[in-house]
Amino acid sequence: MSGEHVIDVTGLTKRFGAFTAVDGVDFDVARGEIFGYLGANGAGKSTTIRMLCGLLAPSEGHATVAGADIARSPERVKRAIGYMSQRFSLYLDLSVEENLRFFAGAYGLSGARREARVGAALALANLSDRRTTVTRELPGGLRQRLALASALLHEPSIVFLDEPTAGVDPAARRDFWRVIRDLARGGTTVFVTTHHLDEAEYCARVGLMVDGRLVALDTPSGLKRTHVPGAMWAVECEAGPRAIRAALEDVEGVVEIEPFGRRAHVRVRGELEDSRRFEVLVAAHCNAGSLRGAHIEKVEATLEDVFLALVGDTRGGPT
Amino acid sequence: MITYTAGPAIQADGLVRSFAQTRAVDGVSIAVRPGELYGLVGPDGAGKSTTMRMLVGLVKPDRGAVRFGGADTSTAGSGAREAVGYMPQQYSLYGDLSVAENLRFFGRLFGLTSAERAEREARLLAVTRLECFRDRRADALSGGMYKKLALACALLHRPRVLVLDEPTNGVDPVSRRELWDLLYEFVGEGMAVLLATPYMDEAARCHRVGLLHHGRLIAEGEPASLVRAFVHAAFAVTAADRDGAEALIEARPEVIAHSPQGSGLRVIVDSAARASFEAWAATAPVPMVLEAMAPDFEDVFLGLVAAPHDAPEEADA
Repeated sequence: MSGEHVIDVTGLTKRFGAFTAVDGVDFDVARGEIFGYLGANGAGKSTTIRMLCGLLAPSEGHATVAGADIARSPERVKRAIGYMSQRFSLYLDLSVEENLRFFAGAYGLSGARREARVGAALALANLSDRRTTVTRELPGGLRQRLALASALLHEPSIVFLDEPTAGVDPAARRDFWRVIRDLARGGTTVFVTTHHLDEAEYCARVGLMVDGRLVALDTPSGLKRTHVPGAMWAVECEAGPRAIRAALEDVEGVVEIEPFGRRAHVRVRGELEDSRRFEVLVAAHCNAGSLRGAHIEKVEATLEDVFLALVGDTRGGPT
Repeated sequence: MITYTAGPAIQADGLVRSFAQTRAVDGVSIAVRPGELYGLVGPDGAGKSTTMRMLVGLVKPDRGAVRFGGADTSTAGSGAREAVGYMPQQYSLYGDLSVAENLRFFGRLFGLTSAERAEREARLLAVTRLECFRDRRADALSGGMYKKLALACALLHRPRVLVLDEPTNGVDPVSRRELWDLLYEFVGEGMAVLLATPYMDEAARCHRVGLLHHGRLIAEGEPASLVRAFVHAAFAVTAADRDGAEALIEARPEVIAHSPQGSGLRVIVDSAARASFEAWAATAPVPMVLEAMAPDFEDVFLGLVAAPHDAPEEADA
């Protein structure tokens, strides 16, 4: 099982006219891996997924998915994979179960086999107690799980999930990810995009796209070590994150200051990684009045910090 | 009841609305004053969208009233409502028009002068990072880009009251921050903004937050006050076997809620049972390390939503 690639991508490129949406991307995904694909809107994530699902022909490069070449055998790819798009559609007037029966029919399943697969998908998505609910009455998070269930009916070996948890509340997101992790434990490979970077922590590896290129690919902890080295302090003060930036941005050893809600995350290298040194620095500003009521706490760098470091750098907008 | 020296820009009193057997909104009163950013949070199906639709006059409440700057919308005619901007979750743009053409169209629709249009379009294209996609047809945008364009169109005219239903769903983290900076700027100029969001970090950035559950406001206040009033204990849990630790933690009676945090877990524990949880964790079958944390707004959300609440009354109550 280890080392077996079920997705193999080399130099994958897609151009739309003069615009290069995906630009020479290389990576591979192992069987049973949860692979996260991150990036800003328009970075090329969905275009990559649509190529890997056999829905869009690449302009250059090649990829095999579940042993099939995406350009030469897109139909074989489609049979082997499940795909949940950003704009999935369900029949709102049908019940949960009726939706699944309908999609199972579309996949060519019938009779006892169809009923067995519908039952298995309901169980996997934790929707068995909702089978007769009319889809219109399902809350958003459960509709999303139903869309996932309908992508699993034909027992695909790989599922592509394009922002499956957009707009889902924190409790429902946690439940959705429980289903994803159960799937992966069962040997299904999961390729997922998300803007909730806490979810990306569940991925074995994470790739990060910027303007069509894959600029980083590693485990979540590897990405943090490489791209946000040093120590991270959460600083809070009465006057808010702007005051923290004003007070600390020119201090030697301060690498980066990012507002996080009412606090700011201050990343430091060198001596300031020592908590006593950092406390002395903040206390001095506190006494001088520029950081009144300051409070500091050591925090672990997150993938959001990695994202901001890699994506934030590449654009010319206001800081 | 909250009173302000300056009257609220938008005020809803006792809104009730049922659909068939379901009471979607069950007596909600909200006031947002000029220069205030109010966040409405709650689980899916809590009644957030229905509340917002009543606020902007798209759904008629069964009971209750909405006032803008003191004028009752049911009697004051359309004038009171003209000052309101609204962006629903499913916002319709012209799919066969480009990004720039959509902005120009909505700019004209809102009656902006060409100088205002040019300045605001440029600013909004920069903030949403849609500049290099300005000639792309709206239909060819990804979900997140479409959302950003919709938000840009909604922000073009600067209404006195802006109601946004989950404006940043599917929007990437960098753009999300920039859009928030823009909202703060508008609010700083006196706009009243009411928005719904599934992102708890966004909720924590609002001046006030209302937590809607089963159609009722079960908590309301400044995010920091709600966090201070939070009675339960929050822990960061690290374990080499996170899945194993999670399965055990979930089964513990002291645990009110848990969620992923970084590479570990965040766990909310009934404060009365804190000691017993710590004792259990010290010798749990899956090795784990607990660290007590200061609660944050997501803990408040998960704690309040997980706690038992009165079932909503029957529609005829």
